[in-house]
Amino acid sequence: MRNRLKVLRAERDWTQADLALKLEVSRQTINAIEKDKYDPSLPLAFKVARLFAMRIEEIFFEDE
Amino acid sequence: MNDSNQSVQSTEMQKRTKLLGWWTGGWVLTMAITNFGPKFIWDYNEVFSIISILVNLAIGAGMIIANRDHIRCMDEMQQKIQLEAMALSLGSGLIIGMAYSNLDVTNVIPADAEISHLAMIMVAAYAVGIYKGTRKYG
Repeated sequence: MRNRLKVLRAERDWTQADLALKLEVSRQTINAIEKDKYDPSLPLAFKVARLFAMRIEEIFFEDE
Repeated sequence: MNDSNQSVQSTEMQKRTKLLGWWTGGWVLTMAITNFGPKFIWDYNEVFSIISILVNLAIGAGMIIANRDHIRCMDEMQQKIQLEAMALSLGSGLIIGMAYSNLDVTNVIPADAEISHLAMIMVAAYAVGIYKGTRKYG
């Protein structure tokens, strides 16, 4: 699964640590999600979507 | 979630890590006392040996609970790394441990199979699992 987390974060001028704070996870987890090395759980994906006020499928999408 | 809540979470993690360290240290210490006490401290007095074993067991139970609480403080990816490392450790312990036991039973190796060797294999496998997991998701 791929995602737009890095772009969305950059648009808001947030660091990985800032985003980690807001999502209550470690900075390493944010880094792994941004690099598509780790797929977040559904609750975390919902949390991300709520934070950016977007739908999950606007942030996360399947590999083509 | 604000900075102060995150700070509380981070402090909680540090507290859990420290607690786990104390419980683990206590368990190792009582394990050493249980093993060396009969020879060097209480001259193989059975009552003292039983008390020592029971204390070691009780502290071991505390260590298990401290480890559980420590893992519960982690985020989902950190928990996944732990889970995969523990699976590797448990699997290696079972498979290699049984093969090691078979080597002893069939007299392929001259010495008796020691449980401490199994513990070392499990610890090594756990360390490899944590390293691999950190590399995989890092």
